[in-house]
Amino acid sequence: MDAETLRRLRQQARELLPSIWHARWAALGAAGLTEERWHGWPLMYRRAVIAGLVGLLSLAILAPFSGFDPAAIYTWLVFAALYVPPWERIPLVGRYIPALGLLAVVVTYPFYNDKLYTLPILGSFPDIHTGVVMLIFVMMAVGLNIVVGYAGLLDLGYVAFYALGAYSAAWFTSVQFAGQNPNGSPKRFWHFGSIDVDKALGGIHVSPWILLIVAGIFTSLIGMLIGLPTLRLRGDYLAIVTLGFGEILPQVARNGDNLFGQNLTNGPQGIGPLDPLGFGHTLHRVIGLPANYQIAANGDDLYFWTGIVLVLITVFCSLRLRGSRLGRAWVAIREDETAASAMGIPLMRTKTLAYAIGAFIGGVAGAYFALFTSSANPDSFSLNFSVFVLVMVILGGMGNVWGVLFGAAFLAYLDQGGLATTGSWINGRIGTHLEVQKYEFGIYGVILLIVMLFRPHGLIPEARRKMEFEIGVADEPLYDAVVGSGHAAGAE
Amino acid sequence: MVDTAAPRMDALGDLRKRVQHVGPLVGGSLVLLLIVWLAINLAKDPATFTKAFLIGVTNGSVYALVALGYTLVYGILELINFAHGDVFMLGGMMSATMMVSVFNIGSGASAGTLWPALFGSLAVAMVFCGLLNASIERVAYRRLRTAPRLAPLITAIAMSFILQNVGIAWKGPNYVSLPSPILPHGTIFTVGKNAYHWDDLIVVLLTVPVLLVLIWLVQYTKQGKAMRATAQDREAAAMMGIDVNRTISFTFLIAGGLAGSAGLIYAVYFTSIRFDQGFQLGLFAFTAAVLGGIGNLPGAVLGALFIGLVQSFNNTLGWHAPGSDWTQSIVFSILILILVFRPEGILGERTPEGG
Repeated sequence: MDAETLRRLRQQARELLPSIWHARWAALGAAGLTEERWHGWPLMYRRAVIAGLVGLLSLAILAPFSGFDPAAIYTWLVFAALYVPPWERIPLVGRYIPALGLLAVVVTYPFYNDKLYTLPILGSFPDIHTGVVMLIFVMMAVGLNIVVGYAGLLDLGYVAFYALGAYSAAWFTSVQFAGQNPNGSPKRFWHFGSIDVDKALGGIHVSPWILLIVAGIFTSLIGMLIGLPTLRLRGDYLAIVTLGFGEILPQVARNGDNLFGQNLTNGPQGIGPLDPLGFGHTLHRVIGLPANYQIAANGDDLYFWTGIVLVLITVFCSLRLRGSRLGRAWVAIREDETAASAMGIPLMRTKTLAYAIGAFIGGVAGAYFALFTSSANPDSFSLNFSVFVLVMVILGGMGNVWGVLFGAAFLAYLDQGGLATTGSWINGRIGTHLEVQKYEFGIYGVILLIVMLFRPHGLIPEARRKMEFEIGVADEPLYDAVVGSGHAAGAE
Repeated sequence: MVDTAAPRMDALGDLRKRVQHVGPLVGGSLVLLLIVWLAINLAKDPATFTKAFLIGVTNGSVYALVALGYTLVYGILELINFAHGDVFMLGGMMSATMMVSVFNIGSGASAGTLWPALFGSLAVAMVFCGLLNASIERVAYRRLRTAPRLAPLITAIAMSFILQNVGIAWKGPNYVSLPSPILPHGTIFTVGKNAYHWDDLIVVLLTVPVLLVLIWLVQYTKQGKAMRATAQDREAAAMMGIDVNRTISFTFLIAGGLAGSAGLIYAVYFTSIRFDQGFQLGLFAFTAAVLGGIGNLPGAVLGALFIGLVQSFNNTLGWHAPGSDWTQSIVFSILILILVFRPEGILGERTPEGG
């Protein structure tokens, strides 16, 4: 088989799926439903047909695995209720209704998650504790998306900001700086708005709510400090510098129990336990807000709802930033730094802001994670973590917040248990004895590779980003060895 | 934003100029401090110092082999091949398999069986890693020609993770051990109470011919000329009749071969290797390449020796050495300082990235 035939075959294989999709009208037309007739139907009819098809398809997938489950019907009803009626035609509030409905579904999740069915292959729906971790990952991914997706700066050390956030929350909500007295009674105690803390313990105890903000500000200051000298480096050098910081900071955390004689981080044990989140007893009595998350019966639910609020704020800010002058400046820099500079965009300032805002969100996420697990531990901060968040951003679609939300939720779910159940399902079917979790990061590597090679704009791409990958950018291509390769991709 | 930003932009520009101005000062005083620290250590305990120096040279020569791979690839593609360290790791595992399972070499084998096994394993590891590296280029980097520069960098990270998992699947998540010591461990000479062993020397002796062959290859052969031409200007090279794709593949092949030889040397010298050591050592070697001026072959060797010495001084010296807990931080701090203040390295030329 010569090279020409091989090339043609490959071309045909590549066009197989799209051609089937394009042939759908020919097939339906033969059955009496032409494209014109379909579009002649009222919108609601068309959507009802699609929803019905989705329902039948899901049933066909679900039934052989788990049998019939009434909860599946409810799920489908919620989907149909949000999708079928033409909500967007209601003036003013209409276009927010599906999103708000979805939000309501997520917010009420703790009330029905134990009644849900088991998904095929992936296993059961995540419990609330997993849900909180997923939300934190989602937040991280939205933050990294600002740096990588909007501004096009590859940050391989995002975990550093996460760690900084976690430790800055831990320092001010634990007995870390209590000091010691020879007779065992702690010396220093400083209390500001913390809840249910025994004065005898010592240490600094600031209200965790304030700390979420303070951790963000502290982290973004450090981010700027790192960014100012390094952001003038372009592309891959920046990636390496951030990678270096991502490796240095966890090591400082690990060795920080004896930093010039000071115990800053408690070394490998980490800092813990931390003070509980909560609104205090006064607010509890007056308007019934939960007083203390850690002793509340539904503690995980409270952390879940708080996490949703944090994610909502992050997503809102992220969307508003994208459309703002600053966001457009980021995209301009991403596409062509030189041209952006010529148009009067201050490169350093714009990049530093992207870096600082990404760091802020990472810091808040880290602080919230520390408060949730009630500890800050250096073991959780590795390069793998940075790359994991990067995979979320890239799988979902760099630059598109909705895609990133989806990618982050999906991968966090895989990480928190989905992968293990999938692995045991495969082992049970084929009779292999693979420990799939052992290869978790290899699997992410494969996902990353496949996405970058075949769908570099991600699953749910941002239209503009997709264009960049299809047409190319004015950025100097990595290598343009078009001569002798057969097809001159860069020469059109 | 543009109008109001102008004064602040100036302030930032000023800051930048000041930072550039301060750079040599900071660098100079750091180097001075380093020299003083080394001198005091030498005066306090000359034997340990000498031992640390010799071990540093040995470590440095392993780093040199890996760093050359980074610098070759960077020189021709301007791509940081993150997967390179993991290619090295797989080379080490391949060598361990060859030495132990194929050649059945145990601890203290006679010279007659050891040397043929060593060179046989070296050849296998080099060929294996060379082909592996060239196929990585074919699979993961060549497709992303016109993509934004981030794309191949991300696939490089992905390849690195995949190769690490190949290592896990092949040899498991624990250390792969070879019989220790596998190289002759006799003492050549002693300084004070510290002995210098044959295996320390053999590592250096194995490295030098590989380096010489590489220099000959790049400087004096036609293929080497094609590599240098492609690195300078790909389009012009293509117009002169150089098959650019083939040259790039060849560069990856050579880089992989170097990583394979480093893998063998590492495996027989340290007699244990684990799936995640490649990435770590790869980053150290990359630091060495940047230190020497990325794209610059003698610079990479020089930088590698420097990093090897830094590591060994830091780990073994007695007077105020931070110790092995901090090696990583120190090496990466060097990397960051170099990238920020002197991105062209000690010997390299200024690249667009650093400009």
